[in-house]
Amino acid sequence: MTATLDTSPRLKRPDDVYQALMDAQKTMTAREADLFRARLVLLLANQVGDDAVVLAAIEAARPETS
Amino acid sequence: MASRFAYVAYPYRHVPDQDTAVPAHHAVIVAGGGLVGLTFAVDMALRGHDVLVLDDNDRVSVGSRSICVAKRSLEIFDRLGIGARCAQKGVVWNTGKVLHGDRLLYAFDLLPEKGHRFPAFVNLQQYYVETFLVERFAELGRGELRWKNRVSGVTPHDDHVAVEVETPDGPYRMTCDWLIAADGVKSSVRQALDLPFAGESFHDHFLITDVVMASDMPVERRFWFDPPFHGGKSALLHKQPDDIWRIDLQLGPEADREAEMREEAIVPRLKAMLGEDAEFTIDWSSLYTFQCRRMEHFHHGRVVFVGDAAHTVSPFGARGGNGGIQDADNLAWKLAAILEGRAGETLLESYEAERVPAADENILNSTRATDFIAPKNAAMELFREAVLGLADHHAFARAFVNSGRLSVPHNCTASPLASPDQGSFEGGVAPGCPARDAPLGESWLLERLGGEFVLLLAGHDPAQFAALGLRVLAIGASDDRDGLIAARYDLATPGAYLFRPDQLVAARFRAPTAAGVQAALERAMGQP
Repeated sequence: MTATLDTSPRLKRPDDVYQALMDAQKTMTAREADLFRARLVLLLANQVGDDAVVLAAIEAARPETS
Repeated sequence: MASRFAYVAYPYRHVPDQDTAVPAHHAVIVAGGGLVGLTFAVDMALRGHDVLVLDDNDRVSVGSRSICVAKRSLEIFDRLGIGARCAQKGVVWNTGKVLHGDRLLYAFDLLPEKGHRFPAFVNLQQYYVETFLVERFAELGRGELRWKNRVSGVTPHDDHVAVEVETPDGPYRMTCDWLIAADGVKSSVRQALDLPFAGESFHDHFLITDVVMASDMPVERRFWFDPPFHGGKSALLHKQPDDIWRIDLQLGPEADREAEMREEAIVPRLKAMLGEDAEFTIDWSSLYTFQCRRMEHFHHGRVVFVGDAAHTVSPFGARGGNGGIQDADNLAWKLAAILEGRAGETLLESYEAERVPAADENILNSTRATDFIAPKNAAMELFREAVLGLADHHAFARAFVNSGRLSVPHNCTASPLASPDQGSFEGGVAPGCPARDAPLGESWLLERLGGEFVLLLAGHDPAQFAALGLRVLAIGASDDRDGLIAARYDLATPGAYLFRPDQLVAARFRAPTAAGVQAALERAMGQP
């Protein structure tokens, strides 16, 4: 595994995925949506399974570098 | 609140040092006769050195305080002569359970590996451990313990330290070659030298209560997040000897200290947890906030800081007392070697080089646990809720759940005293790491190592090392009765390990030579 974050387009149907993310939160309260996203981050971090890549993603997601 | 432990009030005695015109001189003064100061004093006495211990109180630890005695501490105590007593009196536990609400998230076995003399942990009230140390110190008949003697002033000089001491008969002065500051988190030595103690304080209050209760609840550490009996907060339940149970309840940052300490406030909280009909009495209780801090340097000329005086952590992980005991273990043989002229004062630089990273490791683990248990802000609280929710259903999330990562000894692999591997080792115990116990003949490896430099030989002739003035422990296949030394040290093929007096590995060799061992020995004694 490489430790670099791959930010090239990787999803086959980005519109579908994006819509699913939006739909999931459509009827949630702000608190529910916050929790939903926190769970999602944790699930995806585990799925990535490479600590260095997760750490690189955390850096990339910071406001000053995005 | 009074404890059922029968405290002995040790007598204050007026001593001739208080009446001399010229301050009396001592080689080593230890400020603080608590867990760490006493451990150090007993170790020094065993090494043939008289130390003078000054304690501001006249009794051992008030309250059970640091109850979780880790395996490495038991091994150190065994070398000091109180290991069997601690293990016998203590409550052995290896299992921890973490619950969310009333659901079990996971259970862990701290010592899945057999073939160690001591268990992962015993629970034993600090007042017992300190009593055993006081008695052992007296039994060794070296040095002196002065109760109700509080170090109030410290003046460091290049070649000695001047100390001012408060007593019931007023103040007196002494001088010493070395002052060991073991006087706790509020160290008056540290304050007298005006040395900073940087770090952070946590705002949550925790109510720590010992209850006396006959119960057949299992002997295990149980930690709840958001338990049904204490909604939204955390709780910890732990067994101690004498039918005493440690209960630790998070109260949050807004707790009213005075109100919460009243028995009529405590009892309903305990009944909610233990049942309305539970019969118990409160043995001791205390309300805490926690901090994680350390001094920048532990070694200041002729003043050396150990234990909470040098570094302090929150209790999650049992890293305070156990970390301090390892400080004492690390320092005693070095100071003894300096006092005997066998090592230069530069050897003390390795105390700092080894124990500062150890303190940082303990602070890191303790801070992470405290942040998880008592989230500092909305985002941290949100993620904790997400983790706990996921952990109900998914194994991966349980790894994030942090109720304390329990004390394990620091591996000083970057130690200046450790020599690089000489020859190839697969696994085993790397230089800078503490020895791992294993059965050896009718005894145990650590018992046979004792408290001096030892060369462990497997498959090599001891004769060539006879001139080194070093104890050689040559083991054959029949000594290693379960093959665990071979397995744990990668010694199925011939090799050698050099152990330090604190049972850390100094060096290891596949094909040891007298010259190679000598060089490693010199390095371990701090010689460049």
